[in-house]
Amino acid sequence: MPQEIKGRIFNIQRYSIHDGPGIRTIVFFKGCFMRCAWCCNPESQNKEIEEIIEKDKIKTVGKDVTVADIMPEILSDLPFYRRSGGGVTLSGGEILCQADFARELLKACKEEGLHTAVESASSASFSEIEKILPYVDLYLMDIKHMDSVKHKEYTAVGNERILENAKKIAESGVELIIRTPVIPGFNDTPEEIKAISQFAKTLKGVNEHHLLPYHRLGSDKYAGLGRNYSLKEIEPPSREKMEYLLSVAEASGLKCKIGG
Amino acid sequence: MENIKFVIEKSSRIEKLINNLYEKMPEIESSRGKLVTESYKMTEDLPIIKRRSAAFAHILRNIPIVIRDNELIVGSATIAPRGCQVFPEYSYEWLLSELDTVSTRSADPFYISEKTKAELREIYPWWKGKTTSDLAKANMAPEAYEAFTEHAVFTPGNYFYNGIGHVCVDYGKVMKIGYRGIIKEAEDALNKLEISDGDYVSRSNFLYAVIESCEAVIEYARRYSALAKDMASKEANPERKRELEIISRNCARVPEFGATSFYEACQTFWFIQLLLQVESSGHSISPGRFDTYMYPYFKKDIDAGKITYEQAQELLDCLWVKFNDINKVRDAASADGFAGYGMFQNLIVGGQNIHGMDSTNDLSYMCIEAAMHVPLPQPSISIRVWNGSPEPLLIKAAALTRLGTGLPAYYNDEIIIPSIMARGLTLEDARDYCIIGCVEPQKAGKTDGWHDAAFFNMCRPMELAFSNGYDKGKKIGPDTGDVANMKTFEEFYEAYKTQQSYMIKLLVNANNAIDMAHMVRCPLPFQSCMVEDCIGRGKSLQEGGAIYNFTGPQGFGIANNTDGLVAIKKLVFEEKRFTLAELRDALKSNFGYGIKGAQAERLTTEIATELVKQGVNINEDAIRVIYDEVTNQSSLSADVKARYKEIKRLIEEESPKYGNDIYDVDMFARDVANSYTKEVEKYKNARGGIFQAGLYPVSANVPLGASTGATPDGRLAYTPLADGIGPASGRDIKGPTATANSVAKLEQGVASNGTLLNQKFHPSALAGMSGLTKFVALIRSYFDQKGMHVQFNVVTRETLIDAQKNPEKYKTLVVRVAGYSALFTTLSRSLQDDIINRTEQGW
Repeated sequence: MPQEIKGRIFNIQRYSIHDGPGIRTIVFFKGCFMRCAWCCNPESQNKEIEEIIEKDKIKTVGKDVTVADIMPEILSDLPFYRRSGGGVTLSGGEILCQADFARELLKACKEEGLHTAVESASSASFSEIEKILPYVDLYLMDIKHMDSVKHKEYTAVGNERILENAKKIAESGVELIIRTPVIPGFNDTPEEIKAISQFAKTLKGVNEHHLLPYHRLGSDKYAGLGRNYSLKEIEPPSREKMEYLLSVAEASGLKCKIGG
Repeated sequence: MENIKFVIEKSSRIEKLINNLYEKMPEIESSRGKLVTESYKMTEDLPIIKRRSAAFAHILRNIPIVIRDNELIVGSATIAPRGCQVFPEYSYEWLLSELDTVSTRSADPFYISEKTKAELREIYPWWKGKTTSDLAKANMAPEAYEAFTEHAVFTPGNYFYNGIGHVCVDYGKVMKIGYRGIIKEAEDALNKLEISDGDYVSRSNFLYAVIESCEAVIEYARRYSALAKDMASKEANPERKRELEIISRNCARVPEFGATSFYEACQTFWFIQLLLQVESSGHSISPGRFDTYMYPYFKKDIDAGKITYEQAQELLDCLWVKFNDINKVRDAASADGFAGYGMFQNLIVGGQNIHGMDSTNDLSYMCIEAAMHVPLPQPSISIRVWNGSPEPLLIKAAALTRLGTGLPAYYNDEIIIPSIMARGLTLEDARDYCIIGCVEPQKAGKTDGWHDAAFFNMCRPMELAFSNGYDKGKKIGPDTGDVANMKTFEEFYEAYKTQQSYMIKLLVNANNAIDMAHMVRCPLPFQSCMVEDCIGRGKSLQEGGAIYNFTGPQGFGIANNTDGLVAIKKLVFEEKRFTLAELRDALKSNFGYGIKGAQAERLTTEIATELVKQGVNINEDAIRVIYDEVTNQSSLSADVKARYKEIKRLIEEESPKYGNDIYDVDMFARDVANSYTKEVEKYKNARGGIFQAGLYPVSANVPLGASTGATPDGRLAYTPLADGIGPASGRDIKGPTATANSVAKLEQGVASNGTLLNQKFHPSALAGMSGLTKFVALIRSYFDQKGMHVQFNVVTRETLIDAQKNPEKYKTLVVRVAGYSALFTTLSRSLQDDIINRTEQGW
């Protein structure tokens, strides 16, 4: 029975209003191919179940669940999805690390008539992406940098496969939005943002590019996991800076905005 | 871009009016107190209803009047801005004993001059034994009086010490026919009476009192007309001179005659609103469906080109400022419960009309705009929401919510209409409901709702279940058995319900005793003449003159009791982690943490006093021993204390909590709520009406929490109780949708006197049009599930903490407290902390 596939998740967050249309529930998958230095969910990176210290208390991060285990919680906000045009978003971690589970979960959501979205950096073989595409209404894809060397330096992987996948996902006809976390010192020059925006513009059917300003809300978690946060010195970009980068991105002709 | 309707430029006059109002600390004045005493002394041979109208007339003829700089709408109860008058006919002892401390207390301080103090000290002795409060006490069963005064199980203190208020009169009628028209109605009614009728005396006395009151109001307006004329003649600035001349003309015409323009309608409205609060000290005098009854005057002027939207908005804004010119001094304890100079003047827009169609009009939007232009606590603006509410109205309302003043509150037609119909309202009347005070629905102009009749602390019967009815060494509740002998959860739950039902009986006695006192000593002819069918029946509202009569006492503590009972069921009876007797002892010792600070001193005094009563000789050393025991519990071993702390931890960590969308727990909460609401509705009141429960604490969850010991949900002694029908502070960890789902499981319709759900949001959750749209969807989804009311504080935790540290920087920071908004810096420290600690839904 496919329903019995287990997935490893670390959180289900209800009333999320920044990742897709309407009021949404986000299911966070555990495990990621990349190691972005700014990651605000560092507890999502390792596939292994681990412990984090939060407010002096030890908390276990990660739990194995079946689709049937988590559907009731997802469905309990149905009145809110209906009123707001919301639904479910799968995020991570990297959902493509567990594409089979993601597919089953998305399929179950579609069977309930829910709007589905995924957030993914898509650094995986396209065969994994193909597994989920039939059940995805909105694909939120991160493109962080056009220069593969710099990409690898900050995220531990190059960007070749990502850019290739972006084209294929766009070709598939799914609604695709490109998102870029704006990280000072990594990709916050107008040239870097402009390059991403122009690439996004070449993707078939893509109309939107969102710029997500770097924030430090996850920085305390690094200490809780006994890890070092390498971006300690970095300040979030100013509002003016973001507005400027927005105007740069908009020059591509895409609909751009700050935030998800 | 955000597309928000009716964004209208704010007149520069408004800021000046606000600054003038908030320049100084509010002041207590003595003129009304002196005048009412003078009049009462002269009318000892008259029936009470005529003494009331004579006193009202005497006050209106002689009270000093003032037109403040830049005002377009005039009429003030006091010379000092935001000042207050006193009402010795209701009670006075508390103020007499607090005269020297009222200006320095933490909650709602008032300046009072030495001269005023001396004047009040002179008039007060005459009132001894003559107040409503004196009679209420005499009327009340001793055990009910003690449950209220000694044991704080419930407190009807509001009406025990003050007028009733809590009414929405028929403003529209006065706009239409003026007080001259109402006098005519009373005269017609008089003409229909035969002097041989059995009730001729009482009816005619009432009608004469109505006529005298209305004449006095007309005369009062004429005084303003004369003052404005006089000021105009001396005014050098030609623009202001013209304004004063118009004011003079307005006040010569209204409220004697029907209003002929929007401006006159606004001035009429204000005289009604003001004078209701001069006749009696009752708060929650609510304007109700202002957008509905004001609209014809607005529409006529707009259509005729006599007024622009900007001019109409300026008049509304001026009114909004005036709402904050009315003030009330309460005793120190009540001031904690109603903190923030609350006047609870609830003004509601939108919703269905009597035909079941949407009633939203331009004024609905402009009222919200006024609340944006005048970010002050009054009036409490509310929005009626139903399936057919236009989205732009709710978006506009959400944009107001985002400003962070805690306004507006949202109400759900789809549950309130059937809920009050079940209490006997006709369909048309139910569709025309408005909100009184905090959250209480009523049909305006036809109801004496006695909303807010008392706060009932549902955690106290829970304590009594543990103590077998004992409190402070005295048996005050029924025998429900020793918890050590209880074999099942049901046995304990039943004990709680038995204690609660008995206390509700006492509450009903207390309410009816107070009701009778107002009926006999303070009938209100002016207020009554604007409520149907007082003139027809020839009796005042207080004597049962209204079509609909209710008494609505409100319970709170649902979340604490639910979490406690769930913990007892699971940890004591199912898992046997500790026994009920152990839990009882743990609660007594505050889970091994002892009692600290002022509460420790109070308890020490209580114990010492009790020992002295029993003939024990107490010296300083003995007091030290008692104090040490209270604070450190030296007689308990470290092991026992550790065990009690472990019990608290188990309750906190291993028992599910209300507010997280857990079906079984939420259904438990429903049953707990019903144990109060369905008991209360069994009783009848003194005016021929029925009791109906509300579920909301205003801000009494803090002061009444301070007289409640540790509770089985793990809450420490004397800390705040859960507010409203929401989860206990900080225990809802699944976000606002889960909270809404939980709270919607309560049978809110049975609480037809209103329910209250507070939510706190971070401003980022309402950012941009998309934030507003999603916020509106959240409200609608809660209401789809039959939620009755919801309100929001939108402010960052950091802002509130900074305001605590630097109050001078945040003089006008308004936050939602409970059913109302207040200036944050005027709240007591503990209430500030409570607001800061409410879970912030910020993602």
